[in-house]
Amino acid sequence: MISLSLDNLTKGYRNKELASKLAKLIEKEASNASYRFMHVCGTHEDTITKHGLRALLPNSIDVVAGPGCPVCVTHPRRIELALKLLEGRKNVILTTFGDMYRVPSSYGRSFSHAKARGFNVKVVYSISDAIRIARSISNKEVVHFAVGFETTAPSTASSLLQNPPKNFSIISAHLAVPPALDYLLASGEVAVQGLILPGHVSAIIGWRAYEFLVDRYKIPQVVAGFEPLDVLVALKMLLRQVKEGDIKVENEYYRVAKPDGNLKAKKLMDEVFALEDAKWRGLGNIPKSGLRLKPEFEQFDATMKFDIKAPEIDRDTEPGCRCGDVIKGLVKPEECQLFGRTCTPYDPRGSCMVSVEGTCAIAYKYRRSRL
Amino acid sequence: MCLGVPGKLVKITGVKGIVSFGGAKMEVDLSLVEKPRVGEYVIVHAGFAIERIDRANARETIRLLREVF
Repeated sequence: MISLSLDNLTKGYRNKELASKLAKLIEKEASNASYRFMHVCGTHEDTITKHGLRALLPNSIDVVAGPGCPVCVTHPRRIELALKLLEGRKNVILTTFGDMYRVPSSYGRSFSHAKARGFNVKVVYSISDAIRIARSISNKEVVHFAVGFETTAPSTASSLLQNPPKNFSIISAHLAVPPALDYLLASGEVAVQGLILPGHVSAIIGWRAYEFLVDRYKIPQVVAGFEPLDVLVALKMLLRQVKEGDIKVENEYYRVAKPDGNLKAKKLMDEVFALEDAKWRGLGNIPKSGLRLKPEFEQFDATMKFDIKAPEIDRDTEPGCRCGDVIKGLVKPEECQLFGRTCTPYDPRGSCMVSVEGTCAIAYKYRRSRL
Repeated sequence: MCLGVPGKLVKITGVKGIVSFGGAKMEVDLSLVEKPRVGEYVIVHAGFAIERIDRANARETIRLLREVF
């Protein structure tokens, strides 16, 4: 019997020999045609690039990154809203996750710039840390920039249900993944033969949440974990579906993701949030894809508390930035004129160049030598 | 952003718990997991355990990978 240790949970899925064997099998199966698959998770892009999986795969298989990085698709109006709130009020502390901190709005303004100008911005690892700050500094207002897909939204919901202090509120920038996939596939712009679905979003919402896409678009889908063997197995499963015409949602990450997901987390999310139309950076307005607080939680809604509206803006990317096309998998980061020249992780122009999960930031980190 | 790290739940105090990541320990909110138990492996994301790791299924995947490929 295989013992299960923490080591095994990662190393067990990183076996080089197995990876080579799998890659050979994939090569054999993909020898007669070309295939293009899309994943929608920044952590998958990191796994694929860090472990050099694209080099291991045959040329007949192209794996592109879709809109899988929440901070990359957070609309700049939300960033400008948080900045407006912070800069108009001396008693506000803005808390943010680290990967959001340096994301520029379409006018090149970020939370880090506000901090440099003397405003109170704190980077937190968890919303729990933001609430701890609010409890310890009770004469200040703490506003948490709540960003993330369904993986993160339940933690916001649960925190609001655990009686946070009165001086705590949030700007909800939470987004839902399935409506975005629906929108992308409906647009017809994205020509892919299958989707690798995000393991941790799926751990919350369950893999059945994507079945409507099979009915609508006949698109093969596999939920995958985040180790190299997880991704290779998922690709092999997608290939089989395409070749045999046996199209469905399959689950490679069954050690974590269940058919209906995490019921408790979903219930908390439903209690606190309602779906509304939301703008995604680089993609556009996507129906029923944004998580807004329900009326009974509006005391925690910073926009209500401070009576503030998001400013109108006339563009969602900086001129020349192709982040929108990168997010749709239409171009590779290296095809953007700004990539590695005026746009680097040290001085990012676009949102995809900031987070460790941004497609451009990952390409810059691991593939720069090819420039 | 959706990075989740596997760790072992070593202590539970109400809604909070201590998760060990190969020795490095951290306080984690357990409110999203139904009836967590000490000794279980969980996926931790942004300070919250978002789901437990099914031991039997994890073993099964590794066994299958070794047998099939």
